[in-house]
Amino acid sequence: MTSPLAIQLMRFAFLALLWLFLYSMVRVIRMELRTAGAPRVPVPAKPKSKKGRAAAETRPGRGGLSQLIVTEGSLAGTRVALTGKPILIGRANDSTLVLTDDYASTRHARISENNGVWYLEDLGSTNGTYVGQTKVTGPLPLEAGVVIRIGKTAMELR
Amino acid sequence: MSRPNRPATRRGIELLFVFAATLIVACAETFVEITRANKVSDHVVTYPLVVLAIGLACHLAIRRSARYADPLLLPCALLLVGLGLVMIHRLDLGLAQQAAENGTTYTGVAAASQVVWAFLGLAVFLVVLLVIRDHRMLSRYAYTLALIGLFLLMLPAVLPAQYSEVNGARIWIRIAGFSIQPGEIAKVLLTIFAASYLVDKRDVLSLAGRRLLGVDLPRGRDLGPVLVAWLISIGVLVRNHDLGTSLMFFGLFVVLLYVATERVSWVIIGVLLFAGGCVLSYELFGTVKQRVTVWLHVFDYLQDEGYQMSQSLFGLGTGGLFGAGLGGGRPELVPVAKSDFILSSFGEEIGLFGLVAILGIYLVMLSRGFATALAVRDSFGKLLVTGLSFSFGLQLFVVAGGISRLLPETGLTTPFLSYGGSSLVANFGLLALLLRVSDAARRPPTTPPSAVTTDSGPVPIQAGGGS
Repeated sequence: MTSPLAIQLMRFAFLALLWLFLYSMVRVIRMELRTAGAPRVPVPAKPKSKKGRAAAETRPGRGGLSQLIVTEGSLAGTRVALTGKPILIGRANDSTLVLTDDYASTRHARISENNGVWYLEDLGSTNGTYVGQTKVTGPLPLEAGVVIRIGKTAMELR
Repeated sequence: MSRPNRPATRRGIELLFVFAATLIVACAETFVEITRANKVSDHVVTYPLVVLAIGLACHLAIRRSARYADPLLLPCALLLVGLGLVMIHRLDLGLAQQAAENGTTYTGVAAASQVVWAFLGLAVFLVVLLVIRDHRMLSRYAYTLALIGLFLLMLPAVLPAQYSEVNGARIWIRIAGFSIQPGEIAKVLLTIFAASYLVDKRDVLSLAGRRLLGVDLPRGRDLGPVLVAWLISIGVLVRNHDLGTSLMFFGLFVVLLYVATERVSWVIIGVLLFAGGCVLSYELFGTVKQRVTVWLHVFDYLQDEGYQMSQSLFGLGTGGLFGAGLGGGRPELVPVAKSDFILSSFGEEIGLFGLVAILGIYLVMLSRGFATALAVRDSFGKLLVTGLSFSFGLQLFVVAGGISRLLPETGLTTPFLSYGGSSLVANFGLLALLLRVSDAARRPPTTPPSAVTTDSGPVPIQAGGGS
């Protein structure tokens, strides 16, 4: 009853179906790759106009600082939003900023906020945390653009 | 989906692909039955329903406890299970016809028991996914799991042959009509152990000793783990005559060592040890020698030892580019096609194009596994997923190489596709572990909203002055 033609049609239709399945999977992978480039964590959008930036800098209670930006080292370009919670820096996997730097300790430094001022503390690291040329010993208040160095990594608040 | 920056869970895509896999299985079964008997039976409805039921149950479990898990892994596995089921049923039909022509009766119901095993696999999947809420807890039971794994692996060797031997290979546990091949389950357990052990010890293992010909050789006393792995795999080979499993274990350990330490010297040492093991077992064991001879001169043994292999090659040749059509070939001519040689059955009936599509589906699963390993933040998860994905890929390579005579035949099963309860159950467990880790890898950080995730690439070496 089933003609050879129908069998032939089914044969190729089935192959087409299999490849269609595979093709749609590859489409999904491509879509995910395209979105993977975007930051996985909400980062405050960069204000476009000067007016916008001024508005962002005068946000109350944050000392005008909105993010920590890594400027040098293997993580250069990474941004961490400042939300008021302390930022742990180190090689430990549960750090906020996980460094793979050979000179970084497991728990290296902490940046935390108190009364609208952000402080940098060294957590007893082996190779030290530097601001400019000086080694950080006690809590040090930070301002925008001050360069913090840990091993080969440099970062600053903005 | 509500906020632009929140990573989507992609559960909708998963559900869509589950339906697509069901549809393909329905088409395949219909195709088989129309070609063979010109009418359709209940199986056209029941097999897709089996796939759909397993898919929906897994999907709901994932929605409940691993919302951010990779959306492509489950549908790929489902499609492979479904296609395997159709092919096993098709081989049943072929064998029944063959028996009728010879005047005997074929009483095998491989497809029916495969359905039972698939549901058992589902049960294991649900248990693993719902009990293990965080894959890191597995590393706490690493040594216990390793002991269970080794026990399972050694058990067939010490059991009397009537409980453990099938076709000359003592790799089974046969109790009350059920036969379990414990090597598959041991593989998953030992991968967990190896990952956790290497996370603890990789600092020591990556210390270099002497430099020889531009290669950093590890210190002699650090060779321990790789030698133990080598001895275990040789031991399995000696006692059980099981080439495939020992090859898989050894490859697994070497790759994990390489990934954990990033030292090429381990790969070189591994390859040398493997070559040594090959030569040694070729000289010592008759079965190995015989298999290699048959592999090299398969058509000289057309009627006896080389029968299975040469029929497989004839099948692949008959299939050609587009295949004979599902139900249109004679894949049942290959002995035990449903377990070791199921890929060649597919090659015969859906041709090179179909076979490559199936390999492509495996490739998608592998790539998602390695992507998970890159993205997950903890080292144990990285090594675990790398090991599981790699052993999956190695197994597939060995099987595909075996049916196409690139490698000697080893007797490993094709993951998800071939007939075999323990393989199916173990692979469902493996799938649940992969999904669990991929959930951890893709989950947006919850505690501090400011946390960033950094893809640290391969497991970083913790060398030098950390405190």
